[in-house]
Amino acid sequence: MRATELAEAVRSGERSATEVLDEYLERIEKRNAELNAFVHLDEDRARARAAAIDETVAAGQDPGPLAGVPVALKDNMCRAGEPTTCGSRILGDWRPPFDATVTSRLSAAGAVIVGKTNMDEFAMGSSTENSAYGPTRNPHDISRVPGGSSGGSAASVAADLVPLALGSDTGGSIRQPAAFCGVVGVKPTYGAVSRYGLVAFASSLDQIGPLAANVADSALCLDVIAGHDPLDSTSVPDHFVPVSPAVDAGVEGMRIGFVSQLGSGSDGVGGIDPEIDAAAKRAATALEEAGATVGEASIPASVYGLSAYYLIAPAEASSNLARYDGVRYGARVDAKTTAEMMVATRTAGFGDEVKRRIMLGTYALSAGYYDAYYDKAQRVRTLMAREFASAYESFDVLISPTAPTAAFKLGERTADPMTMYVNDVCTIPANLTGDPAMSVPFGNNSAGLPIGVQVIAPALGEFDMFRVAGAIEEALR
Amino acid sequence: MQLMSERITRDEVAHVADLARLALSSDELDRFTTQLSDVLEHAADVEALDLSDVEPMAHPLPLVNVLRPDAIVRSVDRDAVLAEAPDVEEDQFRVPTILGDQP
Amino acid sequence: MTDSVQEWEVVIGLEVHCELNTASKLFCGCANVFGDEPNTNICPTCLGLPGSLPVVNEAAVTKAMTLGRALGCTVSNSIFARKNYFYPDMPKDYQVTQYEEPTNSDGELALGDGSIVQIERAHIEEDTGKTTHVGGDGRIHGAGHSLVDYNRAGVPLVEIVSRPVIRSARQAKTYVEELRAVVLAIDVSDARMDQGSMRVDANVSVRPVGSDELRTRSEVKNINSLRSLGLAIEYETRRHIDLYEAGESPLQQTRHWDEAAGRTRDGRSKEDADDYRYFAEPDLVPLEPTQAQIAAIDESLPPSPALRRTRLAEAVGVDPADVAIVVMRGQDQLALDAVGIGADGAKTLARIENELAVEDWSAITADALADVVTRETTGKLSATQAKHVIAGLVEAGGTVDEVVATLGIASVDSGELVGMLDALIEQHEDEWARLADGDRKLQGFFVGQIMQLTNGQADGKIVQTLIAERLR
Repeated sequence: MRATELAEAVRSGERSATEVLDEYLERIEKRNAELNAFVHLDEDRARARAAAIDETVAAGQDPGPLAGVPVALKDNMCRAGEPTTCGSRILGDWRPPFDATVTSRLSAAGAVIVGKTNMDEFAMGSSTENSAYGPTRNPHDISRVPGGSSGGSAASVAADLVPLALGSDTGGSIRQPAAFCGVVGVKPTYGAVSRYGLVAFASSLDQIGPLAANVADSALCLDVIAGHDPLDSTSVPDHFVPVSPAVDAGVEGMRIGFVSQLGSGSDGVGGIDPEIDAAAKRAATALEEAGATVGEASIPASVYGLSAYYLIAPAEASSNLARYDGVRYGARVDAKTTAEMMVATRTAGFGDEVKRRIMLGTYALSAGYYDAYYDKAQRVRTLMAREFASAYESFDVLISPTAPTAAFKLGERTADPMTMYVNDVCTIPANLTGDPAMSVPFGNNSAGLPIGVQVIAPALGEFDMFRVAGAIEEALR
Repeated sequence: MQLMSERITRDEVAHVADLARLALSSDELDRFTTQLSDVLEHAADVEALDLSDVEPMAHPLPLVNVLRPDAIVRSVDRDAVLAEAPDVEEDQFRVPTILGDQP
Repeated sequence: MTDSVQEWEVVIGLEVHCELNTASKLFCGCANVFGDEPNTNICPTCLGLPGSLPVVNEAAVTKAMTLGRALGCTVSNSIFARKNYFYPDMPKDYQVTQYEEPTNSDGELALGDGSIVQIERAHIEEDTGKTTHVGGDGRIHGAGHSLVDYNRAGVPLVEIVSRPVIRSARQAKTYVEELRAVVLAIDVSDARMDQGSMRVDANVSVRPVGSDELRTRSEVKNINSLRSLGLAIEYETRRHIDLYEAGESPLQQTRHWDEAAGRTRDGRSKEDADDYRYFAEPDLVPLEPTQAQIAAIDESLPPSPALRRTRLAEAVGVDPADVAIVVMRGQDQLALDAVGIGADGAKTLARIENELAVEDWSAITADALADVVTRETTGKLSATQAKHVIAGLVEAGGTVDEVVATLGIASVDSGELVGMLDALIEQHEDEWARLADGDRKLQGFFVGQIMQLTNGQADGKIVQTLIAERLR
């Protein structure tokens, strides 16, 4: 059942939140051992919350737009008193004493938070294989990865263990797993959703967004979590225009550009599976049939996105992850001196991928290399933003494939980091510019695996983005 | 043209690990040196760009002057925070002996 | 000593950290207070808990800019940066500070001795927590363990960096005193060195007189008082000169002032200490004050201590350096008003400097002060009586007549007592001479005589004081 319909049924008293929750908990019970999508369930709190919502309804009051809808949080979002591990050993059994803003907003809207989902350690990865809690599996084929780093959230929605989940997206970590799992995944405009309570990976790129089985559900969730937050200095001060009304608004008269560099053409980023490129082009044709005009957009700097990203994100991460030193919270490995304790704690607590990125970022920021790497990468962002701005003069919205390939096998890309990093090549540009982007399922490949199409819009252009996403989804019906 | 293996040396990786408070075994040093070289080799395209006329972008959004009023807000309980600490003594965070001073 | 005696000149640059006296911390709503129970003023943000974010305190920025303008700095658009290094008193293992684009730059401070010290920058940053060593020999390097209190972590600081233009320990002390006077006058910090709300690091090097080179410097930390500042600079200067004269060179390093031993000691000079990997703090956005804001700050600035010293010194007819204490205490307006009413300048200044060295002197009015001083200079009150009356005015306020009545001085005009004493001295020349020679018994004789003459109305204590004054 759709989240929109579930909420309506609970609000009208047609179904009880408790009954809805039981149904989902039963499915989690059945399938989670195989998928490893959840790393922590808050059953007792969820039941108490569902009962409270039922009482609210019985008292004739409205619990809110997400009344009784079970929701999962990626395990890098804080919920007071519940474990928050980020898929890492280093946080131990740390329980934050505060709620993330998204957590409070979901609760205030009547959602029932059921637990935390698996992820690549500190959101660094594209397969959810870099987790201290073991890999998550793709519900469409359990020999394959669900994508990452929000793989647990994507898999839990794809397997209908929850109707809605939140993920975080730094270089594609919501959109790529959404594409791999055949669900909708949204990375809002940077600053549209508060980062307060999201454990930082790369602060200037991180955004929280919804994963859902359909576009309308993702819109409903985004409308709840978006909006200004005084606790986040980078939060957009403007009122967030609700996107739910956009889903069925159609694309009549819209100008849509296919980003040529993100296709399989020779001037592009390379490595795009022709089958996926073809699917994205079919989506473009469908949009044309729905009344839009479609043309080719050019973002030449796209080819530098991957390099820029793998300098900027590790640089910020190397600083953000310094605080895990064994002094104030989380795990500690004892040693004779504080300096040795810090080294022992960090060496034992972080996995290889995290160590790699910390070292890469430390190097990119260190004396003598800053200008060649970090500073240069930040200039690439400006270059890319200029090219996008110029594309938006001709087009309202851009589209492309979400990921270069469909879901790959577990273990297939763990040996060579670069083969893993190229997964993000289509999604990275929107993180670098801060623009909103989302992935919408658009059929399967010849092996029966889901394919995602990416829709990118100018900053705060979510309304137009959801019009296009709604039309792509409609075209498949 | 530099060779891939020269993008970052084993000594530089060791130095960076030290700066980041990570201890690496000899095998790890070899492996990370190769892997980091690969990534930096890929980044050579960006390194080679002349972007002197392009400003660096630190923030995706052009926000300025985000300030809060100077008001005291009590938030968390000390005991709740100390309960999460690896080691506590006299309501303070206890750490092993400290060699070296605040830089 | 060698035959050719090289003359050396010391080159000093000071980095002064001032904690701003805001109600809350720089990036969170925790209280900014000194001396609370450990870890009571902490929250996710100042503890650097995962997921927490900073938001800049508006008052901290305004106070920092006010300090900048008071030091004649240019206030510019600025950004925050992260300075990365590991230390347990730093909750995030990076410090949020300003690096390439500070809020204040290029100012100067005119000192009472007529010299001018150029200021390179005055930037905003967050303070660290406090580490206490437990066990071992009490020093941080010994065995044992340490305890960390994060109450101070995130308290707003302004670091004022002078250019290396200070040429003596004395000038360094004068500079810090002057800076303190400015900071107090504009009310941006308590500026208490004993509580650490004002801290000074000294960069010291020496060079041959006549040279304009900048040689290797050492940075001396852990200086807790003005006295220590002078001693540390003198020690470090001597050490550098001795090294050069022995054919060696000092190392560029951080050194710590050891108060007990009266010397500086090696800090760490780890090779990585300088690679702080600064980059723009992505969790914060730039500060861009408007011209109107800066103009409003300028408008709000009180006259500088230098100007106030000149003004008071001219009114009183003394050297500006002689009014420094009164100006630093903020009592110059009181002095000006009292002198304006007609009180003697030098006497007014002396009475304020000596008798108003108290926390709260708000009860005494300029009228009352002028009255006391005038009565004293015209002989209606003795020096001691004047002091008693001032103490009474500070205590309870009111007019001089009221205080004189309360203290019982009104019974006999002290001018009258002085006259009686004069007459007695004339009548009893021998007795007076013996008393002056040290025969204390005769004091009782004179007191008794006056008591008789006043029918016991005179205050015995005052009489004794009058006698003592006359004997001096």
